Amino acid sequence: MFNLKTLSKNKTIRESFSAYLFMTPTILILGVFLVLPIIFAVFLAFHKVKILGELNFKWINGQNFLCLVNDERVWIALKNTAEYVAIVVPVQTILALALATILNAQIKGKNWFRIIFFLPTVTSSAVLTLIFMWMLNSNGSINTLLGFIGLPAYNWIGDPDVALKAIMLMNIWSTAPFYMVIYLAAMQDIPESLYEAATLDGATTWEKFLYITLPFLKPVTFFIIVIGIIGTFQLFDQSYIFSAGSGGPNNATLTLVLLIYQYAFKNLEMGYAAALALMLASVIMMATVIQRSLYREEQLK
Amino acid sequence: MNRFYWSKAILYASLIFYAIITILPFIWALSASFKPLEEILTGGLSFIPKQPTLDNYKQIFIEQPIFLRWFLNSLIVAICVTAFNLLFNSMAGYALARLQFPGQNLWFFLILAVLMVPGQVTLIPSYLILKTLGWLNSYQGLIVPSAVNATFIFMMRQFFVSFPRELEEAATLDGLGRLETFFKIVLPLAKPALAAQTIFVFMGSWNNFLMPLVILSDQELFTLPLGLNAFKGQYVTYWNYLMAASMIFTLPALVIYAFFNRYFIQGVTFTGGK
Repeated sequence: MFNLKTLSKNKTIRESFSAYLFMTPTILILGVFLVLPIIFAVFLAFHKVKILGELNFKWINGQNFLCLVNDERVWIALKNTAEYVAIVVPVQTILALALATILNAQIKGKNWFRIIFFLPTVTSSAVLTLIFMWMLNSNGSINTLLGFIGLPAYNWIGDPDVALKAIMLMNIWSTAPFYMVIYLAAMQDIPESLYEAATLDGATTWEKFLYITLPFLKPVTFFIIVIGIIGTFQLFDQSYIFSAGSGGPNNATLTLVLLIYQYAFKNLEMGYAAALALMLASVIMMATVIQRSLYREEQLK
Repeated sequence: MNRFYWSKAILYASLIFYAIITILPFIWALSASFKPLEEILTGGLSFIPKQPTLDNYKQIFIEQPIFLRWFLNSLIVAICVTAFNLLFNSMAGYALARLQFPGQNLWFFLILAVLMVPGQVTLIPSYLILKTLGWLNSYQGLIVPSAVNATFIFMMRQFFVSFPRELEEAATLDGLGRLETFFKIVLPLAKPALAAQTIFVFMGSWNNFLMPLVILSDQELFTLPLGLNAFKGQYVTYWNYLMAASMIFTLPALVIYAFFNRYFIQGVTFTGGK
């Protein structure tokens, strides 16, 4: 009996040992490059950081946060980002839903369409931005196309009124197919019998979509909207490349992440930039928490 | 019957229309990469180059040998990051799913918690930590911080939780230790999960722009997204070179995607929370 007990105790110790062996890389890397930075970020946000020469921190209470409110560029970035989220999220969600609905019908060559639609999703944002900048330049193909149908040409990259719209257009085009796949997967779960019953009752295709498909997709739609918001709030690559890092023309493409980058790595005001990053993160994390809890509830049902 | 026919026609028409919108920029860019600059500037919308030329590719590879260096940098970083992620995420996921150890719940909770934190928060502190370590402007500075990914640890844990236990028990009876069981029995059977992870991690690293932008200052060490951006500054109107470079850049991601296409869809629906 005694022997058995030590045996099982030995086994537990051995198992704990191998478990920690398996966990070591994760603990080390996540610890140093994720957990430590999160704590460090809060510390930075309350300090003035001197980075040139000897690294040096000075406690300045909540001054960084107070400055945010009076910073005109923060408001501009916030306005641009909000406008971007408010337009891109609904449009890409509706487009994704429309594409998924069409692809879900009995269509030949489904897989080919899927493969083609995915192209922008798997292409790097740097390449997409370059290709779009080329198409959007004053003598570019988009202006030529607009000319064909009798519309005026735009200086897409240089005109503050349309520069952000150009980025919106590009991102809706490149991310809608990603959400389309999530919709498609959700549609596989709608019981066929519901549609059959509705057909017997004489429902039209439109009515079936409105009263069966849409209500069924509600949780997925919510999920897509929230991850859409989280993603669009983090816009950086496109506006950085598009404006060569400036957020121009005339701050039209300045987003919150681009502003954080400028403050931290151009002006070297790392404490202030960290405060701005915390502010952005709290918005994004709130969205994540809401989505997690609602989604979990939905799955428990 | 007639109405049925019309609705089908509309469905196909809209799909084909959208497919054209999607693929058009790529075809234009591809054709531009074989055109001399004058033809791009004057030619408008033609797809077939009038004077097809390989000069653009020659220019970026031979006249600009640094382009090749950027390409190799990206490849080295993406391959290392992918290999580490596959290994470390599976190990952690397996331990969390199958082994019992003190602190298990704490670690699992911590991993779930850090999943929610957006990258912008850790960007500045990570930069300062890398600076302190002396890892700015280095391969390890790009590779090590991304060698583990909480999302995929979670995904691997979910995968291993629903993995049949009998196989491992049989292996234990055959006298294999934990490590051997893991590498010889468990990992080979986890191929679908690893394939989905390969696409997402490889593409994430290949396409990553912000982190290299922050930590690299030496042109020699640039990855392709940075290189392309630097290229754009240098050749702002040389669309022929830029398009050739873009095409070279896109190729590896496309190959990976074509190869693992099936798992990509599974992965999207998985990470999409299905």
